[in-house]
Amino acid sequence: MQAHLAAREIACRRGDRLLFRGFSADLRAGDALHVTGPNGCGKSSLLRIMAGLLHAEAGVVERTGSLGLIDERAALAENRTLEQALNFWKRLDEVPGRPTPVLATLDLDHLRHIPVRYLSTGQRKRAALARLLSQNAAIWLLDEPLNGLDDGGIGVVAQLVTGHRAAGGVCVITSHRPLDLPGVQRCDLTRFAA
Amino acid sequence: MGTALLLLRRDLAQFAPGGGNGASALPLLFFLAVVVLYPFAVGPDAALLARTGGGVVWIAALLAAFLPLDRLVLPDLTDGTFDQFALRGIAEESVLTVRIVAHWLSFAPLLLLATLVAAALFGLEQAQLTYLLLGLLAGTPGLAALGVMIAALIAGVRSGPALGGLLFMPLAVPLVIFGAGSLVRLEPAAIWLTGAVSLALFALAPFAGGAAVRAAREG
Repeated sequence: MQAHLAAREIACRRGDRLLFRGFSADLRAGDALHVTGPNGCGKSSLLRIMAGLLHAEAGVVERTGSLGLIDERAALAENRTLEQALNFWKRLDEVPGRPTPVLATLDLDHLRHIPVRYLSTGQRKRAALARLLSQNAAIWLLDEPLNGLDDGGIGVVAQLVTGHRAAGGVCVITSHRPLDLPGVQRCDLTRFAA
Repeated sequence: MGTALLLLRRDLAQFAPGGGNGASALPLLFFLAVVVLYPFAVGPDAALLARTGGGVVWIAALLAAFLPLDRLVLPDLTDGTFDQFALRGIAEESVLTVRIVAHWLSFAPLLLLATLVAAALFGLEQAQLTYLLLGLLAGTPGLAALGVMIAALIAGVRSGPALGGLLFMPLAVPLVIFGAGSLVRLEPAAIWLTGAVSLALFALAPFAGGAAVRAAREG
């Protein structure tokens, strides 16, 4: 897996407010970065800039490898069953047809025939993680991945991230909760507040 | 091509009647309700019905295409689906082009069938019915393109649906003029012009809509 994510001197403006400036990071295979900071300091915006979904006020982002993003929205069709909704993304990502035990890993097996609209917040988060897992992306951008998850789910996220890094992937996580991940770089975004 | 087919299948599951979404048969039912009510409203004057019926079918078709407007783009924008497409390098323009096709497939073929019912109710002659069907066949792709374009434009705006109606109606005027106009003198030229307007809208809509989706994402 080829994965490299470099951000240089990123500045972010929302409306007429400059949220942060001068943020830099260089992540290579196996690296993980945990971005912390209070609500509204620009963690999500930083992640969306890294994903190329938002223009940075200044600075450049360089990426090698495919991108996977988890945020507060699951991006799963509400009226399809969980399995149908996940299969759409799986086919779109053209992941070779090995029957990945993704649903079992995330404890979603019993929900596969349930329409997405009936899923709870935590189950949606697990479903989004299932989408990410079957995407096989090199760079993971996780925006508050622990929100809504129970203790078991939080353990699973830690496992998944560790596995992803072991496979040579890169991971950026925003969370105001402590993360129990060995060797993760921590970065307080308020240091770059403008 | 594989991607386009996947998108089309997903969109049809969302929009086509019987796709697990009860609201999707509404355009057809709405169309039928209008054409059934019209003879009651203007009275049983056969000559009047035959003369004006075609125009009413056009208005009903236009409103039927407009009905699902709030479901065409907004849900995918709010639930992050467009972001996930962007991450995978799938352009908004491609997504919206497929969506126009899916929107058309979900209302137009049934509407053409329902036009046969309308023709019977209004006592339209064979030639009029032929021109009505050909006109709708040429015009409904334009209505579908217009619907998706407006849906994308209003997706990032508060009080969007009301604005959608205001934007949709004037832009649909050329289609109605040429489409319904073909019924007056039964001229093929008007059908060709309807088709031309449709083509222009179909060519423009994905780009206008794509820019709108990107703007909404930045907002």
